[in-house]
Amino acid sequence: MRATARVYWRLLVAGFRRQSAYRLAALGGLVANLTFGLLKVAILFATVRAAGGTLHGYTTESMSTYVWLSQGMLGSVNLTGRTDLALRVKDGQVAVDFLRPVDLQAATLATESGMALFALLPRGLPSVLLGAVTIGIAMPTAPVFYLLGTVSLLLGIVISAATVYLVAVLGFWLIETRGVQILYMVASGFLSGLYVPIALFPQWLRIAAAATPFPSIMMYPIDVLSGFGGAGRAAALVLAQVAWLGVVAAAGHALTRAGRRRLEVQGG
Amino acid sequence: MSAIDQGPIIETDGLTREFRVRDGRRRRLLTAVDGLTVRVEPGAAVGYIGANGAGKSTTIKMLTGILVPTAGSVRTCGLRPVPDRRRLARQVGVVFGQRSQLWWDLPVRESFRILAAIHALTRAEEADRTAGLVEQLELGGFLSVPVRQLSLGQRMRAEVAAALLHSPRLVILDEPTIGLDVLSKQRLREFLISERRLHGTTLLLTTHDMGDVERLCDRILVIDHGRLAYDGDLQGLSRTVGAQRVLVVDLAAPAPDLTGLDGAVHLSSEAGGLRQRLAFDAEQTTALKVLAAVSAEAEVLDLAVEEPDIEDVVRRIYAETR
Amino acid sequence: MASTRALRRPPAGLRARLRPYRVVLASRARSQRAYRTSFAMDLGGSGLIGLVELAEVWVLFSNVTVLGGMGFRQILLVFGMADLAFSMADLSFGHLDSLPDYLRAGTLDAFYLRPQPLLLQLITSDVSLRRLARAAVGGAALGIGLAVSGAPWGPRTAALLVIGVASGYATFAGLFVWAAGLQFFLLDGAEMTNAFVYGGRYAATQPAPVWSRPLKLVFGFFFPMAFTAYLPAVTMLGLPGSAWLPAWLGWCAPVAAVWSWAMGLLCWRWGVRHYQGGGG
Repeated sequence: MRATARVYWRLLVAGFRRQSAYRLAALGGLVANLTFGLLKVAILFATVRAAGGTLHGYTTESMSTYVWLSQGMLGSVNLTGRTDLALRVKDGQVAVDFLRPVDLQAATLATESGMALFALLPRGLPSVLLGAVTIGIAMPTAPVFYLLGTVSLLLGIVISAATVYLVAVLGFWLIETRGVQILYMVASGFLSGLYVPIALFPQWLRIAAAATPFPSIMMYPIDVLSGFGGAGRAAALVLAQVAWLGVVAAAGHALTRAGRRRLEVQGG
Repeated sequence: MSAIDQGPIIETDGLTREFRVRDGRRRRLLTAVDGLTVRVEPGAAVGYIGANGAGKSTTIKMLTGILVPTAGSVRTCGLRPVPDRRRLARQVGVVFGQRSQLWWDLPVRESFRILAAIHALTRAEEADRTAGLVEQLELGGFLSVPVRQLSLGQRMRAEVAAALLHSPRLVILDEPTIGLDVLSKQRLREFLISERRLHGTTLLLTTHDMGDVERLCDRILVIDHGRLAYDGDLQGLSRTVGAQRVLVVDLAAPAPDLTGLDGAVHLSSEAGGLRQRLAFDAEQTTALKVLAAVSAEAEVLDLAVEEPDIEDVVRRIYAETR
Repeated sequence: MASTRALRRPPAGLRARLRPYRVVLASRARSQRAYRTSFAMDLGGSGLIGLVELAEVWVLFSNVTVLGGMGFRQILLVFGMADLAFSMADLSFGHLDSLPDYLRAGTLDAFYLRPQPLLLQLITSDVSLRRLARAAVGGAALGIGLAVSGAPWGPRTAALLVIGVASGYATFAGLFVWAAGLQFFLLDGAEMTNAFVYGGRYAATQPAPVWSRPLKLVFGFFFPMAFTAYLPAVTMLGLPGSAWLPAWLGWCAPVAAVWSWAMGLLCWRWGVRHYQGGGG
């Protein structure tokens, strides 16, 4: 048990280290991030003001918080649906991965989460800081939100990796996962609350979003970290995330086993 | 024929190219090509050899107008490569061994069609030239296969055909036989020789393969650390370098080191003297004589002859000219 | 023995000179359509993305009635013009953002060995047909917007429409060239150009009055996104101008296109010079 934990820890660290080589890329991403953030702020502030200063619980301060936290998280969650694993499943190299003594899903999630965690340093934190400096953000004072927030952030990262993993694993059955990947990209960006906070959606759309794991990836961590809706709501959101992680991970596990069997039946 | 046709195909004078590279924290100046002065007449076949990083690719890039020289001058086919790049491109064909110039996901035939349009060949010229090249390089079997699905040997032949489609006066080949099997190498060499004989095409070939050099080139340029270390023919090269071939003998039983043999220098022994390597100067003696000398001392079960390795040759030349 | 081979001359006549570009583009278009299902999926995906972007704007307007002086019906016009122009520009110039891949693999050199201008080769090296779906979404939004926004029917509107969309297309195209030129310097930092290319697209669908002053400078004038859709729409609808952006500015959309291309070509020359070392 200890030995396996160590292996996954190593994978996490390796994923972490892999990203550090791309410093220039990180800077480029930061500039892009900042620009989109400023544009989002512009249109969303105008919306809040046009609604008289508060909109579904948002003020301009809390809207700024939403914008910068969402931009900060962008580099750590996968909203494109594309993964290296999908390519490996497509060209069959995944067979090699199955030979290794680590579970494919756990190893993939560990590596991806490591890379995502690392991205928080050059992209996540600077985005939030720059936003705080240029526009100003309102962060909560009570420590409970930071505690829950860290958990929520981590959960969001892992759920993102796990959901995108499902897309990749479908490649065992579908010759071309392009369609699924495109659908994922379209749905995840919109329903995770990247461009507009989910609270602003009309009722029916809000309900539809809640029926998918996408809000757990970004919207819930943002709400928890910013203390939106209070401590009770924050706790409820974290629980929802845990539930979604369970569902998505279980689905991934089942599909991996089925996929592995299918690969073995078909032959190397 | 215009005046340009009669001048040298390649003429460089003090050609130099420096790069600013980041070495960890510091920045230093790397001189990739240093004062290269060379003149190549039309119809020649020149081998351009040197260790990796010696400056071969950089020279080619300056010859074709990709890089601007830092100092010195260069003229290819009588034109200045950078300002007259497009005119020059009509007269030069280049084959990069490692990088493809064909359209990766399109069938080979499609690439030829596109190149024919690019080089403004008439329909008759295109048909004639394509048919000729397809036949000589035996491309018929895979004309409709996408380039990315070809084997290395097939791809190289297609690349050579593509480079020659517009009948250029100068063909530059950058490591064309790398990774090819013996038969493919043979075919390619024969094709280049016949092309040169029929059309007077000038060849400039960079290679690590001494076999290429021996069979294709009548002149050799050796570049080392950016500087021209040797300019002459193959015999001169061997002479200058004391190019040593190596005879590797497998003996019936372990024997003491065969030092002191006439005309051969003992290099090393393996397995307690069961396999021994002997270097000999190809100008002074022959493999057969060395073998005879060895047989006089010990029973030989098997043998192999190794050609001088390019890096070794280059190192020696550089040592000679210092 | 040298053959009496005529020295190759460049082709005479416009048709002959355009032939190589036509052949490559036709080839690329053919190969995209050849894989029917993949192409259909790409088309569908592209259209979906356009719809989702429209949905995001719509969500905002389900909460308020006026943003930046415009209601949803007017914003439809802006969105339609911007997205149509951008999608068409992306279709013809979008693949320029694979330049970093060429640089990394060293395959840019292959373009130098052909007797054609480098930039023109790159521009005509591909065409992303799937963007047609998104252009269709933009076009549909534009059509509906024209009908419901209260734009007066007539030659003035028609002229502004044509000028707006054509200039928008040219402005966005210039951005792609601008970004490509910068890639020679940015290398791994290539993502930085997304800030003004895709950020620019995003900005183009927004009503400029919502922008802070620095944003107005950047996306109003430097990367002239406001000129691609918002300003022509304002002029078309007869709306009052706002701070720094008078109502007649929509007629100046072509100026924005010229500026965008001037900057783009300048950066391209800088970039190429940097790549080759020394003066051209």
